[in-house]
Amino acid sequence: MSDTGAVQTGQRDSSPGPRDDSRDVASRRLLRRLVTGNVTWVFLALIIEMAYFTAAAPGKFLTANDLSLISQTAAPFLLMAIGQTFVIITAGIDLSVGFVLVLSGVVAGEYYLSHGAANASTGTIWIGAVIGLAVGAGWGLLQGILVAWAKIPPLIATLAGLGGAEGISYLITGGSDLRVVPNKLVSSIGTGGIFGIQWLIVISFAATLIFGLVLTYTQFGRYTFAIGSNPDAAARAGIRVNRHLLKVYALSGLLSGLAGVLDLGYFGTTTISGHSLDNLTVITAVVLGGASLFGGRGSMVGTLIGVYIPAMLATGLIIVGVNQYWQYVLTGAVLAAAVYLDQFRRRLRERL
Amino acid sequence: MTEPTPAATSGPAAEPGTPLLEARNLAKRYGHVRALDGASFEVFPAEVVALIGDNGAGKSTLVKILSGATRPDGGQILVEGRPVQLASPLDARKYGIETVYQDLALAPDLDAAANLHLGREIYLIPFLRVLNKAEMRRRAVVAFKDLGVELPDVSAPVGTLSGGQRQSVAVARAVAYASKVIFMDEPTAALGVVQRGRVLDNIRRVRDQGISVVLISHNMPEVLAVADRVEVLRLGRRVARYRASETTIDQLVGAMTGALDIADPKDLS
Repeated sequence: MSDTGAVQTGQRDSSPGPRDDSRDVASRRLLRRLVTGNVTWVFLALIIEMAYFTAAAPGKFLTANDLSLISQTAAPFLLMAIGQTFVIITAGIDLSVGFVLVLSGVVAGEYYLSHGAANASTGTIWIGAVIGLAVGAGWGLLQGILVAWAKIPPLIATLAGLGGAEGISYLITGGSDLRVVPNKLVSSIGTGGIFGIQWLIVISFAATLIFGLVLTYTQFGRYTFAIGSNPDAAARAGIRVNRHLLKVYALSGLLSGLAGVLDLGYFGTTTISGHSLDNLTVITAVVLGGASLFGGRGSMVGTLIGVYIPAMLATGLIIVGVNQYWQYVLTGAVLAAAVYLDQFRRRLRERL
Repeated sequence: MTEPTPAATSGPAAEPGTPLLEARNLAKRYGHVRALDGASFEVFPAEVVALIGDNGAGKSTLVKILSGATRPDGGQILVEGRPVQLASPLDARKYGIETVYQDLALAPDLDAAANLHLGREIYLIPFLRVLNKAEMRRRAVVAFKDLGVELPDVSAPVGTLSGGQRQSVAVARAVAYASKVIFMDEPTAALGVVQRGRVLDNIRRVRDQGISVVLISHNMPEVLAVADRVEVLRLGRRVARYRASETTIDQLVGAMTGALDIADPKDLS
């Protein structure tokens, strides 16, 4: 059993162990960084993708207009993916995101409908938005309770939550979309912006930045990783695991709720039936971004890139004239490769 | 078989005053099983005491109770002579008692510094719970150095470290916060020969810092090599106590299995 570079007893042998130990350690570290630097890989994939489309359709792909459109389309996904990143790092999963988006949008939309409809005031819009966020957070909290206290596996708990959110959305609207949305909401979220950048983009990027910092630099993020990495160790270290899980699922719901309100403004309608695959899109993005479904690993930068790879693929394929449904095939292939890589890295880590 | 009289009065080498940590007549049942049946146990300042016993003797139950993970059905726990309640591991920690679990209780995806401070983070902006990573890393380096442990990289996920290194991270964490007693549950069970030696060195070093170590082990030569005293549990109670320097493996095994009748208090110290 070799144990190079292990614990060295300073007092007994004052020399720092055999010479080749340090070189061995250094090369091992380098290898580890290369293999485990998942974000680098995904970033590389994004760059290659962008380069390919730019070369294939010079002057058409990645114009400012294009990028803005991609980013606006991606914004709701990005918001949901932020919450999903936290959930997946705890070794959980949230399948409900798309329908929590819908439910929040529907409840906010109903509120607008009964408070001035198209002519609702700015104050009303804010109240409706807060209601939408609260519905999302509340729904997430409910699912968190199922996961943390009732010990229902996240896959099932959020699948149940998905069904509930979908059903209630249809019950509220009677099956048809709400088509009357406050004009001020549409003109601000749908088309307005600041410094020429649409609000959707500003909000989704601000959220990415803020929660990226939370994930990396705060206790909240640290506990999220710790729980996903070893829940027993976290509990024994005095971390309130259940309470933290509640917060994480509530956060995922909150961000889905935010996406719901923005979606309402962007499309001017509730689009109930258009979000049934959002969860898969979002989970794909997070996993592409290097988060491990086994928990303990993930990053916000990775998630950002993970959202943009399929989004750019969709636009790029249209521009170069390839059937855009190839997007799903390619994304699936990349996803499988990413998860394979993750498992490969795990096995390798045991050996390193 | 009666409980031997306290070592403080009858021991040949007089123990230094009151025990640091003492269990008196602890009882614990799980259904029909009496895990502990009036078990007593003592830890004196700055000593390594081995807690040994056959499977089912009640070692792990005793450790769980003394580290606050389980509550006893009866009996008393005293810290420096004062009765205390250990309702949770956090309670035990307040009294300066730390535990190095057999599975080490580390988060493999977090680095050594993060694991060392897990649940006890240091903040840059306390209000926002913003971590002071640099300070935690610095303290981790100091903690490992104090223990004489050299880690190639404090910022590497502990999952990438060797078994021996992981063990030292767990020990360093316990040492960093323990002011009185560290429980080590089978610390060498999963390790190779070289690493075992290092863990034993760790244990001695901890004791030399003035912290008592309770070593739970099956490995008799190891126990005799590192422990100052040995307490033997059998069928949920303490059946013997020895000074490590004055006993043999045969004697220990005899006491553990009951082959040796220890009715004569002269065998006890």
